[in-house]
Amino acid sequence: MSGGLARWAMSLVVAMLAGLTLFPLAWMLSVSLMSPLEAADLPPHLLPRAPTLMHYQTLWQRLDLPRYLANSLLLAAATTVLSLLFNTLGGYAFAKLRFVGRERLFRLLLATMVIPAQVGMLPLFLMLKQFGLVNTYAGVILPGMASVFGIFMIRQYARSIPDSLLDAARIDGAGEWRIFRSVVLPLCRPILVTLALFSFLGSWNDFLWPLIVLSDGDRYTLPVALANLLGEHAQDTELMMAGAVVTTLPAVLVFLLLQRHYLAGLATGALKE
Amino acid sequence: MRTPLWPPVNPALGFVAPALLLIALFFVLPVAAGLVLSFTDFDIYALGDLDRLRWIGFDNYRRLWNDPLVGRALGNTLYFTLVGGPLSVLCSLGAALLMTRPGLPGAAVWRTALFLPVVTSLVAVAVVWRYLYHPLYGALNHLMAWTGFEPIDWLGDARTGMPAILLLAVWKNFGFNMVIFIAGLQSIPARLYEAAALDGAGRWAQFRHVTLPMLAPTLAFVAIVTLIGHLQVFAEPYVMTQGGPADATLTVALLMYREGFRWWKLGYASALALMLFALILIGTGLQTWLRRRGARS
Repeated sequence: MSGGLARWAMSLVVAMLAGLTLFPLAWMLSVSLMSPLEAADLPPHLLPRAPTLMHYQTLWQRLDLPRYLANSLLLAAATTVLSLLFNTLGGYAFAKLRFVGRERLFRLLLATMVIPAQVGMLPLFLMLKQFGLVNTYAGVILPGMASVFGIFMIRQYARSIPDSLLDAARIDGAGEWRIFRSVVLPLCRPILVTLALFSFLGSWNDFLWPLIVLSDGDRYTLPVALANLLGEHAQDTELMMAGAVVTTLPAVLVFLLLQRHYLAGLATGALKE
Repeated sequence: MRTPLWPPVNPALGFVAPALLLIALFFVLPVAAGLVLSFTDFDIYALGDLDRLRWIGFDNYRRLWNDPLVGRALGNTLYFTLVGGPLSVLCSLGAALLMTRPGLPGAAVWRTALFLPVVTSLVAVAVVWRYLYHPLYGALNHLMAWTGFEPIDWLGDARTGMPAILLLAVWKNFGFNMVIFIAGLQSIPARLYEAAALDGAGRWAQFRHVTLPMLAPTLAFVAIVTLIGHLQVFAEPYVMTQGGPADATLTVALLMYREGFRWWKLGYASALALMLFALILIGTGLQTWLRRRGARS
């Protein structure tokens, strides 16, 4: 019937769209496995003639890749743990604890979201320089340790925790910190996973701030190292592709493993406005 | 009054203080300092010796007004925002409409596939896109030659540089808004469509009179976020073209980075950053105003 045909046509369109979207990523992988200069063959071919891992070896042995990988992992992990801690504490307080000026303060925080980070970047750099934090891991992490967005996400979620639950714990004599640890945190698990994923990927892919703060090759993150490599080895297409794959793959894997949390969190965060 | 019932120190303070302190120290304070800095001639000499710092009033802003490079960067940024923004939103909406069609097999898998570019590092995908755009070996030119067109030096020609970067940006980002649109579309109650169909509304009429009005809040949110993101465009031109050829892809954020962190003209760069802020305020203000006017009529 025509219903079946329409469904086929729709699936075909969607498959083509997905193919087009994934093509650059697939080609990145393919070219990274080609022999030197094979990417300059005319006409270009889609698959490597004799797949080789030599470019990955070069990156690993000659170009210090493990170091950049470790830097990226360390910075992303530290940013994730710290920002999760501070944002959760703050977001929960804005949702459930009473203090003077709570609503006004929260509206003020939200209003700062239209200020582009660039305005504060130059003074922030001077500040870090003053404290000797330029070209250190701490300099990269510090500005990302708390964010209005993170506080907002936690607050939206924590508002759904029934007050009666918290009051019951208070009547049982539990202190606020105890309640936070044994009642609030377990209930907030889904949003914590989402937010952890957001900040891990955000930090992993961040480019501008690490580029500004890190001046020493030893501390470069993968994207900064890759951009630097692109300046020196732009002609080694296959080698650059291998570097791009190593930079992309961890983020893609983490996303694929936890995508349900990521996509659901993104949607609710946006719709709850 | 409830105040006397509170313990001497509100325990809430321990919860909010760390985050607020961090935001104040690493965001609010630098932003305020940026405003101050934009009225000084802070440069590489002041960086070494603070005594050289001078208060110069609106001089930076006056220079900015007369700097042809700023005009160029402003024009490019507006082009990227006004052409790229709507294009990106349209692609996201189109993809979301496809993804939410009833009876699409494997919708969740397709959605994940289309979202994948969002989680990649821009620097990494720029490597492959530069190769795709390569005048000699690039797949794009090969495709063009195949269909009978002359090869184009996509990133090396002032006319095609910006469109090429735009295309990369749309590819990289459309999945983000798509997911938000999907959630918005799925929250529209099915009975509205059923009622419209009963009234004899065709597919287009349903889209026009049910989908669009119900999607308006989502659309407004997406439009604002996209606008703010596009006005701040930096990494795309930085890794693809360094702002070239002939400044054809120089953007405000890229110029600010150059003036500030390459030439250490921190005062001037701060004025540029504030100009970017002003652009965002004007843009979001205009959008809110348009939406209000649209809602009234």
